[in-house]
Amino acid sequence: MFSKNSKEKGIESVLFFISTLTVLILFLICIFLFRDSLLLFKETSLLDFLTGKFWYPTSVNKQFGLLPLLLGSLLVTAGSILFSVPLGIASAIYISELAHPKVADFLKPFIEILAGIPSVVFGFFGLVVLVPFMQKTLNLPTGQTALTGSIMLGIMALPTIITISEDAISSVPSTLRQGSLALGATQWQTIYKVIIPASLSGISAAVMLGIGRAIGETMTLMMVTGNAAIIPSFPGGFFGPVRTMTATIALEMGEVPQGSAHFHALFAVGSVLFIITFIINLIADSIKKKYRFKVG
Amino acid sequence: MANRSKSYLILTLLVLGLVFLGTGCTGDKNDKGSVPAKKTSSEITGSQEIFLKGSDTVLPLAQAEAEEFTNENPGKSVSVTGGGSGVGITALIDGEVDIATASREMKPEELEAAKVNGINPVEHTIAYDGISVIVNPQNPISELTFGQLRGIYNGSISNWKEVGGEDRPIVTISRDSSSGTYEFFKEEVLLGDEYRPDALTQPATGGILLEVSQNPNAVGYIGVAYLDESVKALNLDAGAGSVAPSPENITSGAYPLSRALYFYTNEEPSGLTKEFIDFVMSEKGQNLISEVGYFPVQ
Repeated sequence: MFSKNSKEKGIESVLFFISTLTVLILFLICIFLFRDSLLLFKETSLLDFLTGKFWYPTSVNKQFGLLPLLLGSLLVTAGSILFSVPLGIASAIYISELAHPKVADFLKPFIEILAGIPSVVFGFFGLVVLVPFMQKTLNLPTGQTALTGSIMLGIMALPTIITISEDAISSVPSTLRQGSLALGATQWQTIYKVIIPASLSGISAAVMLGIGRAIGETMTLMMVTGNAAIIPSFPGGFFGPVRTMTATIALEMGEVPQGSAHFHALFAVGSVLFIITFIINLIADSIKKKYRFKVG
Repeated sequence: MANRSKSYLILTLLVLGLVFLGTGCTGDKNDKGSVPAKKTSSEITGSQEIFLKGSDTVLPLAQAEAEEFTNENPGKSVSVTGGGSGVGITALIDGEVDIATASREMKPEELEAAKVNGINPVEHTIAYDGISVIVNPQNPISELTFGQLRGIYNGSISNWKEVGGEDRPIVTISRDSSSGTYEFFKEEVLLGDEYRPDALTQPATGGILLEVSQNPNAVGYIGVAYLDESVKALNLDAGAGSVAPSPENITSGAYPLSRALYFYTNEEPSGLTKEFIDFVMSEKGQNLISEVGYFPVQ
């Protein structure tokens, strides 16, 4: 027979164990990832990996150049942000400030459903609908381009950006809003002079998380960007195929002989991806903290 | 709150409606190759089930053989999955499957890795396959020489007019590097050159078919068994005149891009693995190979 106190303690320690498990898993993944990627640098130098312009992992003269993949990922992500941030913030403002509550209640589930669509479905839609459309309308050699990937990713990042910015906007104290209106500002002036500046850090966090979502996306991009490992030009590269880091890992992991240089190179690509998303999450987190302090 | 659940209801109905609308519009155009092997899981006892994994090229063939085999031998089960020759061979080396299917021979590194793991791969040639080079039906080109094909894939030819076609850019499509077809094409056509870096890379044969059927600039390569009316297969000329990828030309060896398909087992096959391979090599099994679109060994 346990006393009430020791029962509580028991529950507490079980929960503690479960939550530390997450941290433990993260550390194990890190160790595994970095250990295998460091083995690559026995065969190529770190500098060659980071600045190499060619990715020929299976040829006789193997070359593991990260640049085309890194720039491919960055280009597609940047494009998707250019596309999704204005749309996302505009929708968030409309839903939280302007829309009739009934309309807002009607719109929100649709946005949440958009977040629940599996990425392979987005990819299939992109491949069958958007790819031929882009090729015909823009008269490109192929519709499998970075821009196609950016549009698909933008649609996929929208729910993240809308939900988090909407949270940020609606948590602006109503005293600020009413004060502004009482001073004679119009609704629009209140929105862009008071509400947006007050929720700016929340919106920035939303954007960072959207970037994090976009840079880690794999399946959709593998299906619509053509996967050609070339260094894209800017901004012309939007109209040609690119290969992202995630797609490279997914495409090549199946074949690669275990323990080979190619195997370690894919781990190294994974590490770079991990470091990038880690930094993005850190930035988003610190922005979020700053914003809580400001409003609270 | 009530409002919220009401809009969820509307949403659900809408989605359901769209699903039914969608199913009403589809035909059953091309569903071959996606039929999973029949699995009689209720009847399996330990050794009465074998696993095959590997080449996507061998996949439709292995599935057809597995289905026929399990129909004839109720209670025995053969599971088949794809992923690429490399995937299958790695799985064999790791002892995960009974048979690795491959559209290329094992590489020296793989044989070495197998030795380290105590696996002794035995090769069985089960069929022959042809690789067809495909273009969009709108493309007026109907034949290429090996030199032209090599130029198109290594990047020295970039416009269809250089090989006698229209003034359009060439979009080359390749498989990913886990495909046996990728390696085979590289060896036979590129003769040591690299694929051009801006070649589109598709993770599956279906992706190549789709892009070529949608894009008049595209050229790709696929196993003959996957050919359908949405694309046009080119005649190839390796120096002995232009040859169509027809069954006669592939079996006779006149078509330049033909190759053997393999099963790899650990040691000489025994038990159910042997039964299955014997079935594939029997007259019935070899007839099935022709039905699927490949070419029998005998």
